[in-house]
Amino acid sequence: MIWQSAKMALKSVMGSKVRSFLTMLGIIIGVFALVVLVSLVDGATGYVTDTISSLGSSYVTVSVSDDKGRSLHLADLDGIMEEGIGLAAPMAQTSATGKSGRESDSVILYGTTPVYQTVNGITVAYGTFLRQTDVDNHNYVCVINQTMAEDLMGGVDCLGQAVTLNGLKFTVIGILSDDDESLTSLFTAGLMSAYIPYTTAQRVGSSISSTIDTFYLSPMDGSTVDETKEHITDYLMERFDRDEDAFDLSDLSLIEDAMSEVTGMLETLLGGIAAISLIVGGIGIMNIMLVSVTERTREIGIRKAIGASRWVIMLQFLIEALVLSLVGCMLGLLLSAAALIVISQFADNVNFTVSPGVAWVAIIFSLAIGLLFGLYPANKAAKKPPIEALRYGE
Amino acid sequence: MIVLQDVCKTYEMGDEVVRALDHANMHIRQGEFVGIIGPSGSGKSTLMNIIGCLDLATSGTYLLDGQPIEDYSENELAKVRNKKIGFIFQNFNLITKLTAEENVELPLIYQRIPMRERQERVEAALNRVGLWKRRHHKPTELSGGQQQRVAIARALVTRPSLFLADEPTGNLDSHTSEEIMDIFHELHEQSNTIVLITHDNDVAEQAARRIRIRDGHVSEVIDP
Repeated sequence: MIWQSAKMALKSVMGSKVRSFLTMLGIIIGVFALVVLVSLVDGATGYVTDTISSLGSSYVTVSVSDDKGRSLHLADLDGIMEEGIGLAAPMAQTSATGKSGRESDSVILYGTTPVYQTVNGITVAYGTFLRQTDVDNHNYVCVINQTMAEDLMGGVDCLGQAVTLNGLKFTVIGILSDDDESLTSLFTAGLMSAYIPYTTAQRVGSSISSTIDTFYLSPMDGSTVDETKEHITDYLMERFDRDEDAFDLSDLSLIEDAMSEVTGMLETLLGGIAAISLIVGGIGIMNIMLVSVTERTREIGIRKAIGASRWVIMLQFLIEALVLSLVGCMLGLLLSAAALIVISQFADNVNFTVSPGVAWVAIIFSLAIGLLFGLYPANKAAKKPPIEALRYGE
Repeated sequence: MIVLQDVCKTYEMGDEVVRALDHANMHIRQGEFVGIIGPSGSGKSTLMNIIGCLDLATSGTYLLDGQPIEDYSENELAKVRNKKIGFIFQNFNLITKLTAEENVELPLIYQRIPMRERQERVEAALNRVGLWKRRHHKPTELSGGQQQRVAIARALVTRPSLFLADEPTGNLDSHTSEEIMDIFHELHEQSNTIVLITHDNDVAEQAARRIRIRDGHVSEVIDP
């Protein structure tokens, strides 16, 4: 019976195409607005979070603020790695005057250890990164970025050449690649920077002590940032005699969380506005269905006379409203998909597609609207007494 | 078999109570061809609505096939109409959006008869009225007589126990009227029960038995 009613409803919808289309227009526009807006926000969010995570949300920055004489040393980081908590790379930062030949410029110096390369995900274009022997032997070697190689050293073929940093002579053993997208390089874009062994850094910069104030910790394979944070907290709590003020953990997931909160709100807001237009579309359907019920009073009378029950009449009009809203929804979805493809052509980097979540929301919402706004006209049709309906228009 | 015992139907029109049927008694046997005759405003339509289970009597008993039609719900009445009564109206009352075939099929759909059987019965019914070739036509593409034949096909496709015709020739010219009346005679010969309601004496006289209704009172017409 439902199938038969659906067939009759389809026939009636197809019977007056222009009117059906105009009725659907409200739903089409509503779905279009909902899907396009939410998908745009979704696509933009995806792009931003991807960018953030490519910057290295996968490591934790640990800063030791108040160690009360229980300061951390390189050996402690080895201990952390041996415990299997994660890869730990110390970080000391200072600025220095770099000299090569006649050129002289300010250079940011990073003192660290070989694991830094893995932790921060940086790549070396020429030569090597710092080696363990460099750290062990306090070697005067440095790994420089492209900017420094080009601006200070006169090109990338400077491997093995000497550079003077704060009056101390260093040998260039590696040059970082330019497409490095680590957070550090993002912040220091256009600046000259050089990585030197942590042990050597203590001798170059007066502000760098032999203790470790900051280190980066990246999770072991198979464990998450959150797990690593837990482990390192446990470890450091013990190390600092349960003094939770002694150290501080931070990672980019905070930024990501804040970001997703903002975009989530934006999505809800825009989705809500679009949903209102869907409701307006639903009212349009109800309006036309009411007209249709009145127009077809006689048909209802005939159907009832030859044996249609209330339920059958109700079903027929309800399905008609549902067909209108669902077909409208499908057209809206198609239109949105097309619009997003066009928008993607104009947007660099970002690929906008209909997010399945919002598509389902649109479908379910349209169904609910068809049902809700179809119910009243359908009930009105079903309630018509057959005698009066048959006499209608005479 | 139709039995009306003391059937009354009253309507309230504002303060006034209109007695459309006043203690009507009637007995129609299986296979009879009965003409009910009466001028407009005589309670004819009310009688047809009650016999056709489109409406319920205010008081009295109505038995259709021995079954009392009282206190029926709307849906139960719909079921009775669907299975037992074949309506033929003055203005044909076909659904204009549907083809002849679909119009005839409709009561069978409401009976939830499977498609194959529906198709067979629709074909038989349309052949019976000689319109199978025109099955794909919509009512507006058919002449009045053809439309009425489609309506008859729709009535007989359910094999009802009663054909209830309300001025079936009222909108037709005399020649087409004869054709329609011929179909009624055929149906009668095949021992169907037919109740034909009309204001036209000539049409009513074709029935084997006539019942007159005037001011809500029902009486047998006895030929002189």
